[in-house]
Amino acid sequence: MSKKPYKLEARNLNAYYGGFHALKDINIAMEEKAVTAFIGPSGCGKSTFLRTLNRMNDYIDGFRVEGDILLDGRDIYNKDIRVDELRKEVGMVFQKPNPFPKTVFENVVYGLKIQGIKDKKVLAEAAESSLRKTALWEEVKDKMDKSALALSGGQQQRLCIARALAISPSVVLMDEPTSALDPISTAKIEELIYELKNDYTIVIVTHNMQQAGRVSDQTAFFYMGELVEYAKTKTMFTSPKHERTQNYITGRFG
Amino acid sequence: MRVQERIIEGLLWLSAVITIFVTVGIIWVLLSESLTFFSEVSVLDFLTDKQWTPLFAEKHFGILPLVAGTLLTTAIAISVALPIGLTIAIYLNTYAPAGFRATIKPMLEILASIPTVVYGFFALTVVTPFLQTFIPNLAGFNSLSAGIVMGIMIIPMISSLSEDAISAVPKSLREGAYGMGATRFQTAFGVLVPAASSGILVSIILAISRAVGETMIVAIAAGQQPRLTANPLVPVETITTYIVQVSLGDVPHGSLEYRTIFAAGITLFIFTFALNNLSFWIRKKYQEKYD
Ligand SMILES: Nc1ncnc2c1ncn2[C@@H]1O[C@H](COP(=O)(O)OP(=O)(O)OP(=O)(O)O)[C@@H](O)[C@H]1O
Ligand SMILES: [Mg+2]
Repeated sequence: MSKKPYKLEARNLNAYYGGFHALKDINIAMEEKAVTAFIGPSGCGKSTFLRTLNRMNDYIDGFRVEGDILLDGRDIYNKDIRVDELRKEVGMVFQKPNPFPKTVFENVVYGLKIQGIKDKKVLAEAAESSLRKTALWEEVKDKMDKSALALSGGQQQRLCIARALAISPSVVLMDEPTSALDPISTAKIEELIYELKNDYTIVIVTHNMQQAGRVSDQTAFFYMGELVEYAKTKTMFTSPKHERTQNYITGRFG
Repeated sequence: MRVQERIIEGLLWLSAVITIFVTVGIIWVLLSESLTFFSEVSVLDFLTDKQWTPLFAEKHFGILPLVAGTLLTTAIAISVALPIGLTIAIYLNTYAPAGFRATIKPMLEILASIPTVVYGFFALTVVTPFLQTFIPNLAGFNSLSAGIVMGIMIIPMISSLSEDAISAVPKSLREGAYGMGATRFQTAFGVLVPAASSGILVSIILAISRAVGETMIVAIAAGQQPRLTANPLVPVETITTYIVQVSLGDVPHGSLEYRTIFAAGITLFIFTFALNNLSFWIRKKYQEKYD
Protein backbone atom coordinates (compact mmCIF):
# COMPACT_ATOMS: atom_id res chain seq x y z
CA MET A 1 0.00 0.00 0.00
CA SER A 2 1.49 3.30 -1.07
CA LYS A 3 1.79 6.00 1.54
CA LYS A 4 -0.05 9.24 0.70
CA PRO A 5 1.79 12.50 1.43
CA TYR A 6 0.73 14.55 4.43
CA LYS A 7 -1.55 17.46 3.65
CA LEU A 8 -1.85 19.04 7.09
CA GLU A 9 0.46 18.75 10.04
CA ALA A 10 0.48 20.24 13.53
CA ARG A 11 3.76 20.29 15.39
CA ASN A 12 3.96 21.01 19.11
CA LEU A 13 0.84 23.08 18.82
CA ASN A 14 -0.39 24.96 21.88
CA ALA A 15 -3.33 27.33 21.88
CA TYR A 16 -4.57 29.73 24.53
CA TYR A 17 -7.69 31.80 25.11
CA GLY A 18 -6.10 34.46 27.31
CA GLY A 19 -4.79 32.49 30.26
CA PHE A 20 -6.73 29.34 29.41
CA HIS A 21 -4.61 26.61 27.85
CA ALA A 22 -7.04 25.11 25.31
CA LEU A 23 -4.75 22.89 23.20
CA LYS A 24 -1.77 21.16 24.73
CA ASP A 25 1.17 20.11 22.63
CA ILE A 26 -0.74 18.64 19.70
CA ASN A 27 1.22 16.63 17.14
CA ILE A 28 -0.71 15.18 14.26
CA ALA A 29 -0.31 14.60 10.53
CA MET A 30 -3.29 14.26 8.22
CA GLU A 31 -3.21 12.52 4.88
CA GLU A 32 -4.18 14.08 1.61
CA LYS A 33 -7.55 13.12 0.12
CA ALA A 34 -8.62 11.32 3.23
CA VAL A 35 -11.21 12.03 5.90
CA THR A 36 -9.95 12.67 9.40
CA ALA A 37 -12.49 12.75 12.21
CA PHE A 38 -12.01 14.61 15.50
CA ILE A 39 -13.92 13.13 18.40
CA GLY A 40 -13.98 13.78 22.12
CA PRO A 41 -16.18 15.11 24.90
CA SER A 42 -17.63 18.61 24.79
CA GLY A 43 -15.10 21.32 25.54
CA CYS A 44 -12.05 19.19 24.79
CA GLY A 45 -10.80 21.54 22.06
CA LYS A 46 -11.97 19.93 18.81
CA SER A 47 -13.43 23.13 17.38
CA THR A 48 -10.49 25.15 18.64
CA PHE A 49 -8.08 22.87 16.82
CA LEU A 50 -10.18 22.75 13.68
CA ARG A 51 -10.33 26.55 13.64
CA THR A 52 -6.58 26.91 13.95
CA LEU A 53 -6.33 25.03 10.64
CA ASN A 54 -7.78 27.99 8.73
CA ARG A 55 -6.91 30.61 11.36
CA MET A 56 -10.56 31.26 12.07
CA ASN A 57 -9.73 32.22 15.64
CA ASP A 58 -7.48 35.07 14.57
CA TYR A 59 -10.03 37.74 15.43
CA ILE A 60 -10.80 36.40 18.90
CA ASP A 61 -9.28 38.77 21.44
CA GLY A 62 -6.65 37.05 23.53
CA PHE A 63 -6.39 33.93 21.36
CA ARG A 64 -2.83 32.85 20.73
CA VAL A 65 -1.07 29.82 19.23
CA GLU A 66 2.43 28.47 19.65
CA GLY A 67 4.01 25.82 17.46
CA ASP A 68 3.50 25.15 13.77
CA ILE A 69 0.69 24.18 11.48
CA LEU A 70 1.89 23.08 8.10
CA LEU A 71 -0.26 23.03 4.99
CA ASP A 72 1.63 21.27 2.21
CA GLY A 73 4.71 21.84 4.31
CA ARG A 74 4.24 25.62 4.69
CA ASP A 75 3.61 27.15 8.09
CA ILE A 76 0.21 28.85 7.88
CA TYR A 77 0.93 31.08 10.88
CA ASN A 78 3.95 32.51 9.08
CA LYS A 79 3.88 36.30 8.65
CA ASP A 80 3.98 36.00 4.84
CA ILE A 81 0.71 34.09 4.74
CA ARG A 82 -2.42 36.08 3.96
CA VAL A 83 -5.35 34.66 5.90
CA ASP A 84 -7.83 35.37 3.14
CA GLU A 85 -5.65 33.45 0.67
CA LEU A 86 -5.26 30.63 3.18
CA ARG A 87 -9.02 30.32 3.60
CA LYS A 88 -9.49 29.97 -0.13
CA GLU A 89 -7.30 26.89 0.15
CA VAL A 90 -8.86 25.63 3.39
CA GLY A 91 -12.64 25.95 3.24
CA MET A 92 -15.00 25.61 6.17
CA VAL A 93 -18.50 24.33 6.87
CA PHE A 94 -20.12 25.23 10.17
CA GLN A 95 -22.30 23.46 12.68
CA LYS A 96 -25.38 25.49 11.93
CA PRO A 97 -26.10 26.12 8.25
CA ASN A 98 -25.21 29.79 7.69
CA PRO A 99 -26.22 30.82 4.17
CA PHE A 100 -26.07 34.56 3.54
CA PRO A 101 -29.44 36.32 3.33
CA LYS A 102 -29.05 36.40 -0.45
CA THR A 103 -30.28 34.24 -3.31
CA VAL A 104 -29.18 30.64 -3.75
CA PHE A 105 -27.11 31.68 -6.74
CA GLU A 106 -25.44 34.59 -4.92
CA ASN A 107 -24.54 32.24 -2.10
CA VAL A 108 -22.81 29.69 -4.31
CA VAL A 109 -20.85 32.26 -6.28
CA TYR A 110 -20.02 34.51 -3.32
CA GLY A 111 -16.47 33.24 -3.01
CA LEU A 112 -15.84 33.67 -6.72
CA LYS A 113 -17.32 37.15 -6.80
CA ILE A 114 -15.09 38.39 -4.01
CA GLN A 115 -12.17 37.12 -6.03
CA GLY A 116 -13.25 39.53 -8.73
CA ILE A 117 -14.81 37.02 -11.14
CA LYS A 118 -17.69 38.76 -12.92
CA ASP A 119 -18.23 36.73 -16.10
CA LYS A 120 -21.85 35.55 -15.89
CA LYS A 121 -21.17 32.34 -17.80
CA VAL A 122 -18.23 31.36 -15.61
CA LEU A 123 -20.26 32.03 -12.47
CA ALA A 124 -23.27 30.10 -13.72
CA GLU A 125 -21.15 27.10 -14.67
CA ALA A 126 -19.32 27.13 -11.35
CA ALA A 127 -22.62 27.35 -9.50
CA GLU A 128 -24.05 24.38 -11.37
CA SER A 129 -21.00 22.21 -10.94
CA SER A 130 -20.71 22.93 -7.20
CA LEU A 131 -24.39 22.29 -6.69
CA ARG A 132 -24.12 19.01 -8.60
CA LYS A 133 -21.24 17.93 -6.39
CA THR A 134 -23.46 18.36 -3.37
CA ALA A 135 -26.40 16.65 -5.10
CA LEU A 136 -28.41 19.82 -4.70
CA TRP A 137 -28.68 20.89 -8.32
CA GLU A 138 -31.89 19.03 -9.15
CA GLU A 139 -33.52 20.36 -6.00
CA VAL A 140 -32.65 24.03 -6.43
CA LYS A 141 -32.10 24.63 -10.14
CA ASP A 142 -35.48 26.37 -10.39
CA LYS A 143 -34.90 28.32 -7.19
CA MET A 144 -31.61 29.97 -8.00
CA ASP A 145 -33.10 33.44 -7.63
CA LYS A 146 -35.00 32.63 -4.46
CA SER A 147 -33.66 33.42 -1.01
CA ALA A 148 -31.36 30.74 0.34
CA LEU A 149 -33.13 31.11 3.67
CA ALA A 150 -36.22 29.53 2.12
CA LEU A 151 -34.44 26.17 1.69
CA SER A 152 -34.73 23.38 4.26
CA GLY A 153 -32.02 23.02 6.89
CA GLY A 154 -30.44 20.06 5.10
CA GLN A 155 -30.53 21.87 1.77
CA GLN A 156 -29.02 24.95 3.39
CA GLN A 157 -26.15 22.90 4.76
CA ARG A 158 -25.49 21.30 1.37
CA LEU A 159 -25.64 24.79 -0.11
CA CYS A 160 -22.99 25.86 2.39
CA ILE A 161 -20.84 22.93 1.34
CA ALA A 162 -21.39 23.83 -2.33
CA ARG A 163 -20.45 27.41 -1.52
CA ALA A 164 -17.24 26.21 0.09
CA LEU A 165 -16.43 23.92 -2.87
CA ALA A 166 -17.06 26.64 -5.46
CA ILE A 167 -13.73 28.29 -4.76
CA SER A 168 -11.91 24.95 -5.19
CA PRO A 169 -10.23 24.56 -1.83
CA SER A 170 -7.99 21.56 -1.31
CA VAL A 171 -9.04 21.09 2.30
CA VAL A 172 -12.57 21.29 3.72
CA LEU A 173 -13.05 21.65 7.47
CA MET A 174 -16.43 20.65 8.89
CA ASP A 175 -17.47 21.36 12.44
CA GLU A 176 -20.33 19.01 13.36
CA PRO A 177 -21.91 19.62 9.95
CA THR A 178 -24.90 17.37 10.57
CA SER A 179 -25.69 18.03 14.21
CA ALA A 180 -28.54 20.39 13.33
CA LEU A 181 -30.02 18.09 10.68
CA ASP A 182 -32.55 15.26 10.39
CA PRO A 183 -31.38 11.67 9.71
CA ILE A 184 -32.11 11.78 5.98
CA SER A 185 -30.20 15.01 5.43
CA THR A 186 -27.44 13.61 7.60
CA ALA A 187 -27.20 10.49 5.47
CA LYS A 188 -27.03 12.63 2.32
CA ILE A 189 -24.19 14.67 3.72
CA GLU A 190 -22.30 11.58 4.86
CA GLU A 191 -22.60 10.14 1.37
CA LEU A 192 -21.38 13.42 0.05
CA ILE A 193 -18.33 13.43 2.32
CA TYR A 194 -17.53 9.96 1.09
CA GLU A 195 -17.63 11.20 -2.51
CA LEU A 196 -15.70 14.38 -1.78
CA LYS A 197 -12.67 12.65 -0.42
CA ASN A 198 -11.70 11.67 -3.96
CA ASP A 199 -10.84 15.31 -4.54
CA TYR A 200 -10.51 16.97 -1.16
CA THR A 201 -8.82 16.50 2.17
CA ILE A 202 -11.56 16.57 4.75
CA VAL A 203 -11.41 17.14 8.48
CA ILE A 204 -14.67 16.64 10.35
CA VAL A 205 -15.61 17.17 13.98
CA THR A 206 -18.38 14.90 15.13
CA HIS A 207 -20.10 13.76 18.30
CA ASN A 208 -21.60 10.84 16.51
CA MET A 209 -19.41 7.73 16.80
CA GLN A 210 -21.27 5.89 14.04
CA GLN A 211 -20.71 8.86 11.80
CA ALA A 212 -17.00 8.90 12.54
CA GLY A 213 -16.93 5.19 11.84
CA ARG A 214 -18.82 5.51 8.57
CA VAL A 215 -17.08 8.46 6.97
CA SER A 216 -13.54 8.70 8.28
CA ASP A 217 -10.26 7.02 7.46
CA GLN A 218 -8.43 8.30 10.51
CA THR A 219 -9.78 9.32 13.87
CA ALA A 220 -8.28 11.60 16.49
CA PHE A 221 -9.55 11.45 20.05
CA PHE A 222 -9.14 14.62 22.11
CA TYR A 223 -9.53 14.95 25.84
CA MET A 224 -9.12 18.14 27.88
CA GLY A 225 -7.03 19.85 25.23
CA GLU A 226 -4.79 16.88 24.58
CA LEU A 227 -4.65 14.54 21.63
CA VAL A 228 -4.98 11.21 23.39
CA GLU A 229 -5.03 8.84 20.46
CA TYR A 230 -4.78 9.10 16.71
CA ALA A 231 -5.15 6.04 14.52
CA LYS A 232 -6.89 4.46 11.59
CA THR A 233 -10.60 4.63 12.31
CA LYS A 234 -11.01 0.87 12.05
CA THR A 235 -8.17 0.25 14.47
CA MET A 236 -9.38 2.87 16.89
CA PHE A 237 -12.91 1.52 16.98
CA THR A 238 -11.95 -2.12 17.30
CA SER A 239 -8.88 -1.96 19.51
CA PRO A 240 -8.23 1.42 21.06
CA LYS A 241 -4.92 1.69 22.87
CA HIS A 242 -6.04 3.95 25.69
CA GLU A 243 -8.67 3.22 28.25
CA ARG A 244 -10.08 6.77 27.93
CA THR A 245 -10.62 6.26 24.21
CA GLN A 246 -12.26 2.92 24.84
CA ASN A 247 -14.57 4.44 27.43
CA TYR A 248 -15.51 7.33 25.21
CA ILE A 249 -16.15 5.23 22.11
CA THR A 250 -18.29 2.77 23.98
CA GLY A 251 -20.26 5.63 25.47
CA ARG A 252 -19.19 5.16 29.05
CA PHE A 253 -18.54 8.89 29.42
CA GLY A 254 -18.79 12.19 27.50
CA MET B 1 -47.20 47.56 51.56
CA ARG B 2 -50.32 47.49 49.47
CA VAL B 3 -50.92 51.20 50.07
CA GLN B 4 -47.37 52.04 49.04
CA GLU B 5 -47.72 50.04 45.87
CA ARG B 6 -51.01 51.76 45.15
CA ILE B 7 -49.37 55.17 45.49
CA ILE B 8 -46.50 54.23 43.19
CA GLU B 9 -48.94 52.84 40.66
CA GLY B 10 -50.95 56.04 40.87
CA LEU B 11 -47.89 58.22 40.32
CA LEU B 12 -46.83 56.19 37.31
CA TRP B 13 -50.32 56.44 35.86
CA LEU B 14 -50.32 60.18 36.50
CA SER B 15 -47.04 60.77 34.69
CA ALA B 16 -48.23 58.74 31.73
CA VAL B 17 -51.45 60.74 31.58
CA ILE B 18 -49.61 64.06 31.89
CA THR B 19 -47.33 63.13 29.00
CA ILE B 20 -50.32 62.30 26.85
CA PHE B 21 -52.10 65.53 27.78
CA VAL B 22 -49.07 67.67 27.05
CA THR B 23 -48.62 66.01 23.65
CA VAL B 24 -52.28 66.38 22.79
CA GLY B 25 -52.17 69.98 24.00
CA ILE B 26 -49.22 70.86 21.80
CA ILE B 27 -50.78 69.30 18.75
CA TRP B 28 -54.08 71.04 19.49
CA VAL B 29 -52.45 74.47 19.75
CA LEU B 30 -50.45 73.83 16.57
CA LEU B 31 -53.58 72.70 14.71
CA SER B 32 -55.98 75.38 15.89
CA GLU B 33 -53.54 78.24 15.33
CA SER B 34 -52.59 77.00 11.90
CA LEU B 35 -56.27 76.48 10.99
CA THR B 36 -56.82 80.16 11.74
CA PHE B 37 -53.77 80.94 9.63
CA PHE B 38 -55.04 78.89 6.73
CA SER B 39 -58.41 80.63 6.87
CA GLU B 40 -56.54 83.76 5.79
CA VAL B 41 -53.85 82.27 3.57
CA SER B 42 -54.77 79.54 1.11
CA VAL B 43 -53.02 76.22 1.47
CA LEU B 44 -52.24 76.36 -2.24
CA ASP B 45 -50.37 79.65 -1.88
CA PHE B 46 -48.60 78.30 1.18
CA LEU B 47 -47.37 75.27 -0.73
CA THR B 48 -46.60 76.84 -4.11
CA ASP B 49 -45.59 80.48 -3.60
CA LYS B 50 -41.86 80.77 -4.07
CA GLN B 51 -41.39 83.60 -1.59
CA TRP B 52 -41.66 83.79 2.17
CA THR B 53 -41.93 87.43 3.27
CA PRO B 54 -44.57 87.58 6.04
CA LEU B 55 -42.70 90.33 7.86
CA PHE B 56 -42.42 92.66 4.87
CA ALA B 57 -44.86 95.13 3.43
CA GLU B 58 -45.44 92.95 0.38
CA LYS B 59 -46.37 89.71 2.05
CA HIS B 60 -45.81 86.27 0.56
CA PHE B 61 -46.54 83.08 2.43
CA GLY B 62 -44.76 80.40 0.41
CA ILE B 63 -43.16 77.82 2.72
CA LEU B 64 -40.92 76.44 -0.05
CA PRO B 65 -37.89 78.65 0.70
CA LEU B 66 -37.90 77.54 4.33
CA VAL B 67 -38.35 73.89 3.34
CA ALA B 68 -35.54 74.27 0.83
CA GLY B 69 -33.26 75.79 3.48
CA THR B 70 -34.08 72.96 5.85
CA LEU B 71 -33.54 70.24 3.24
CA LEU B 72 -30.30 71.82 2.04
CA THR B 73 -28.69 72.05 5.47
CA THR B 74 -29.96 68.54 6.27
CA ALA B 75 -28.60 67.10 3.04
CA ILE B 76 -25.19 68.62 3.70
CA ALA B 77 -25.24 67.33 7.26
CA ILE B 78 -26.15 63.80 6.19
CA SER B 79 -23.55 63.72 3.43
CA VAL B 80 -20.96 64.51 6.09
CA ALA B 81 -22.35 62.29 8.84
CA LEU B 82 -23.26 59.18 6.83
CA PRO B 83 -19.87 58.28 5.31
CA ILE B 84 -17.95 59.20 8.44
CA GLY B 85 -20.46 57.63 10.83
CA LEU B 86 -20.68 54.40 8.86
CA THR B 87 -16.91 54.18 8.49
CA ILE B 88 -16.52 54.60 12.24
CA ALA B 89 -19.20 51.96 12.85
CA ILE B 90 -17.48 49.46 10.58
CA TYR B 91 -14.06 50.27 11.94
CA LEU B 92 -15.20 49.85 15.52
CA ASN B 93 -17.04 46.67 14.74
CA THR B 94 -14.59 44.75 12.57
CA TYR B 95 -11.16 46.26 13.02
CA ALA B 96 -10.82 47.87 16.44
CA PRO B 97 -9.70 45.74 19.38
CA ALA B 98 -12.39 45.34 22.05
CA GLY B 99 -10.64 47.61 24.55
CA PHE B 100 -10.30 50.43 22.07
CA ARG B 101 -13.94 50.10 21.08
CA ALA B 102 -15.01 50.33 24.71
CA THR B 103 -13.18 53.64 25.18
CA ILE B 104 -13.94 55.27 21.84
CA LYS B 105 -17.70 54.70 21.84
CA PRO B 106 -18.44 56.82 24.93
CA MET B 107 -16.00 59.44 23.68
CA LEU B 108 -17.99 59.75 20.48
CA GLU B 109 -21.13 60.26 22.48
CA ILE B 110 -19.51 63.39 23.89
CA LEU B 111 -19.84 64.92 20.43
CA ALA B 112 -23.59 64.59 20.79
CA SER B 113 -23.63 66.17 24.23
CA ILE B 114 -21.88 69.43 23.30
CA PRO B 115 -24.50 72.23 23.48
CA THR B 116 -25.66 73.08 19.97
CA VAL B 117 -25.05 76.78 20.57
CA VAL B 118 -21.34 75.95 20.83
CA TYR B 119 -21.55 74.15 17.50
CA GLY B 120 -23.29 77.16 16.03
CA PHE B 121 -20.53 79.54 17.01
CA PHE B 122 -17.93 77.03 15.94
CA ALA B 123 -19.55 77.00 12.48
CA LEU B 124 -19.78 80.78 12.31
CA THR B 125 -16.41 81.75 13.73
CA VAL B 126 -14.15 78.84 12.77
CA VAL B 127 -15.55 76.77 9.91
CA THR B 128 -16.86 79.59 7.75
CA PRO B 129 -13.63 81.68 7.88
CA PHE B 130 -11.64 78.52 7.23
CA LEU B 131 -13.77 77.57 4.21
CA GLN B 132 -13.57 81.14 2.94
CA THR B 133 -9.82 80.75 2.51
CA PHE B 134 -10.45 78.45 -0.45
CA ILE B 135 -14.05 79.35 -1.36
CA PRO B 136 -13.71 83.14 -1.63
CA ASN B 137 -17.33 83.79 -2.59
CA LEU B 138 -18.68 81.95 0.46
CA ALA B 139 -21.01 84.31 2.34
CA GLY B 140 -20.51 84.95 6.06
CA PHE B 141 -23.77 83.10 6.71
CA ASN B 142 -24.24 79.99 4.60
CA SER B 143 -25.75 76.54 4.68
CA LEU B 144 -22.44 74.83 3.90
CA SER B 145 -20.67 75.35 7.21
CA ALA B 146 -23.89 75.06 9.20
CA GLY B 147 -24.57 71.75 7.46
CA ILE B 148 -21.04 70.44 7.93
CA VAL B 149 -21.03 71.23 11.62
CA MET B 150 -24.50 69.79 12.07
CA GLY B 151 -23.16 66.68 10.32
CA ILE B 152 -20.33 66.43 12.84
CA MET B 153 -22.85 66.69 15.62
CA ILE B 154 -24.93 63.76 14.34
CA ILE B 155 -21.97 61.47 13.53
CA PRO B 156 -22.28 59.63 16.87
CA MET B 157 -25.96 59.04 16.24
CA ILE B 158 -25.22 57.23 12.99
CA SER B 159 -22.05 55.51 14.15
CA SER B 160 -23.49 54.23 17.38
CA LEU B 161 -26.84 53.02 16.02
CA SER B 162 -25.19 51.51 12.95
CA GLU B 163 -22.60 49.77 15.07
CA ASP B 164 -25.40 48.26 17.14
CA ALA B 165 -27.07 47.07 13.96
CA ILE B 166 -23.85 45.54 12.61
CA SER B 167 -23.10 43.83 15.93
CA ALA B 168 -26.56 42.30 15.81
CA VAL B 169 -25.72 40.43 12.59
CA PRO B 170 -25.22 36.80 13.65
CA LYS B 171 -21.59 35.80 14.12
CA SER B 172 -22.17 32.83 11.85
CA LEU B 173 -22.62 35.10 8.81
CA ARG B 174 -19.41 36.92 9.53
CA GLU B 175 -17.56 33.64 9.95
CA GLY B 176 -19.18 32.28 6.81
CA ALA B 177 -17.69 35.16 4.83
CA TYR B 178 -14.28 34.92 6.49
CA GLY B 179 -14.32 31.18 5.88
CA MET B 180 -14.73 31.82 2.14
CA GLY B 181 -11.59 33.91 2.07
CA ALA B 182 -13.33 37.28 2.30
CA THR B 183 -11.19 40.05 3.73
CA ARG B 184 -12.52 42.10 6.60
CA PHE B 185 -13.34 44.86 4.15
CA GLN B 186 -15.26 42.50 1.85
CA THR B 187 -17.05 40.98 4.81
CA ALA B 188 -18.05 44.38 6.17
CA PHE B 189 -19.36 45.80 2.91
CA GLY B 190 -20.58 42.64 1.18
CA VAL B 191 -22.21 40.83 4.08
CA LEU B 192 -22.50 42.82 7.30
CA VAL B 193 -23.74 46.15 5.95
CA PRO B 194 -26.40 44.56 3.70
CA ALA B 195 -27.53 42.32 6.54
CA ALA B 196 -27.69 45.30 8.90
CA SER B 197 -29.19 47.61 6.30
CA SER B 198 -32.53 48.09 8.03
CA GLY B 199 -30.84 49.15 11.26
CA ILE B 200 -28.47 51.43 9.39
CA LEU B 201 -31.42 52.93 7.51
CA VAL B 202 -33.17 53.61 10.81
CA SER B 203 -30.07 55.39 12.10
CA ILE B 204 -29.99 57.56 8.98
CA ILE B 205 -33.65 58.44 9.24
CA LEU B 206 -33.33 59.38 12.90
CA ALA B 207 -30.29 61.47 12.01
CA ILE B 208 -32.26 63.22 9.26
CA SER B 209 -35.07 63.84 11.70
CA ARG B 210 -32.58 65.31 14.15
CA ALA B 211 -31.05 67.54 11.47
CA VAL B 212 -34.44 68.75 10.25
CA GLY B 213 -35.36 69.79 13.75
CA GLU B 214 -31.97 71.28 14.64
CA THR B 215 -32.31 74.97 15.42
CA MET B 216 -29.35 76.62 17.10
CA ILE B 217 -26.61 75.79 14.61
CA VAL B 218 -28.58 76.93 11.58
CA ALA B 219 -29.98 79.99 13.34
CA ILE B 220 -26.47 81.14 14.18
CA ALA B 221 -24.50 80.10 11.12
CA ALA B 222 -26.84 79.73 8.14
CA GLY B 223 -28.40 83.17 8.17
CA GLN B 224 -32.00 84.35 8.29
CA GLN B 225 -32.83 84.93 4.67
CA PRO B 226 -35.57 82.71 3.25
CA ARG B 227 -34.33 81.83 -0.18
CA LEU B 228 -35.40 79.11 -2.61
CA THR B 229 -31.97 77.86 -3.61
CA ALA B 230 -29.76 74.83 -3.72
CA ASN B 231 -26.61 76.94 -3.50
CA PRO B 232 -24.80 76.08 -0.27
CA LEU B 233 -22.67 79.23 -0.36
CA VAL B 234 -25.37 81.82 0.33
CA PRO B 235 -27.46 82.61 3.43
CA VAL B 236 -30.70 80.67 3.79
CA GLU B 237 -33.30 80.23 6.48
CA THR B 238 -34.66 76.98 7.83
CA ILE B 239 -38.11 76.38 9.28
CA THR B 240 -36.71 76.22 12.79
CA THR B 241 -34.69 79.42 12.38
CA TYR B 242 -37.76 81.28 11.19
CA ILE B 243 -39.75 80.14 14.21
CA VAL B 244 -37.00 81.37 16.53
CA GLN B 245 -36.72 84.66 14.67
CA VAL B 246 -40.42 85.44 15.03
CA SER B 247 -40.73 84.12 18.57
CA LEU B 248 -37.93 86.38 19.73
CA GLY B 249 -38.96 89.34 17.57
CA ASP B 250 -41.55 92.02 18.27
CA VAL B 251 -44.36 90.64 16.13
CA PRO B 252 -47.65 91.26 18.01
CA HIS B 253 -49.27 88.10 19.38
CA GLY B 254 -52.43 87.03 17.61
CA SER B 255 -51.52 88.71 14.33
CA LEU B 256 -51.31 86.89 11.03
CA GLU B 257 -47.55 87.35 11.06
CA TYR B 258 -47.40 85.70 14.44
CA ARG B 259 -49.49 82.75 13.29
CA THR B 260 -47.05 81.98 10.50
CA ILE B 261 -44.87 80.25 13.07
CA PHE B 262 -47.62 77.73 13.73
CA ALA B 263 -47.99 77.03 10.06
CA ALA B 264 -44.22 76.63 9.85
CA GLY B 265 -44.32 74.55 13.03
CA ILE B 266 -46.90 72.15 11.71
CA THR B 267 -44.89 71.71 8.52
CA LEU B 268 -41.88 70.81 10.62
CA PHE B 269 -43.99 68.53 12.77
CA ILE B 270 -45.27 66.67 9.73
CA PHE B 271 -41.71 66.13 8.50
CA THR B 272 -40.30 64.77 11.75
CA PHE B 273 -43.45 62.82 12.54
CA ALA B 274 -43.29 61.11 9.16
CA LEU B 275 -39.58 60.35 9.56
CA ASN B 276 -39.94 58.93 13.04
CA ASN B 277 -42.85 56.77 11.96
CA LEU B 278 -40.91 55.55 8.97
CA SER B 279 -38.03 54.49 11.18
CA PHE B 280 -40.43 52.84 13.61
CA TRP B 281 -42.10 50.98 10.76
CA ILE B 282 -38.77 49.80 9.31
CA ARG B 283 -37.63 48.60 12.70
CA LYS B 284 -40.86 46.69 13.24
CA LYS B 285 -40.86 45.19 9.79
CA TYR B 286 -37.30 43.88 9.82
CA GLN B 287 -37.00 43.07 13.47
CA GLU B 288 -37.99 39.44 13.08
CA LYS B 289 -35.05 38.73 10.82
CA TYR B 290 -32.68 37.68 13.58
CA ASP B 291 -34.88 36.90 16.58
N1 LIG C 1 -13.82 32.29 22.50
C1 LIG C 1 -13.40 31.60 23.58
N2 LIG C 1 -12.91 32.25 24.65
C2 LIG C 1 -12.49 31.57 25.74
N3 LIG C 1 -12.52 30.23 25.86
C3 LIG C 1 -13.01 29.53 24.82
C4 LIG C 1 -13.47 30.17 23.62
N4 LIG C 1 -13.90 29.22 22.77
C5 LIG C 1 -13.70 28.04 23.41
N5 LIG C 1 -13.16 28.21 24.63
C6 LIG C 1 -12.80 27.15 25.60
O1 LIG C 1 -11.89 26.28 25.01
C7 LIG C 1 -12.19 24.94 25.31
C8 LIG C 1 -12.34 24.15 24.03
O2 LIG C 1 -13.48 24.63 23.34
P1 LIG C 1 -13.93 24.04 21.95
O3 LIG C 1 -15.03 24.88 21.45
O4 LIG C 1 -12.75 23.85 21.10
O5 LIG C 1 -14.50 22.60 22.41
P2 LIG C 1 -15.16 21.47 21.52
O6 LIG C 1 -14.37 20.25 21.72
O7 LIG C 1 -15.39 21.93 20.14
O8 LIG C 1 -16.54 21.29 22.27
P3 LIG C 1 -18.00 20.96 21.65
O9 LIG C 1 -18.00 19.50 21.38
O10 LIG C 1 -18.93 21.31 22.75
O11 LIG C 1 -18.18 21.80 20.44
C9 LIG C 1 -13.44 24.96 26.16
O12 LIG C 1 -13.08 24.80 27.50
C10 LIG C 1 -14.02 26.32 25.94
O13 LIG C 1 -14.64 26.79 27.10
MG1 LIG D 1 -17.13 22.47 18.98
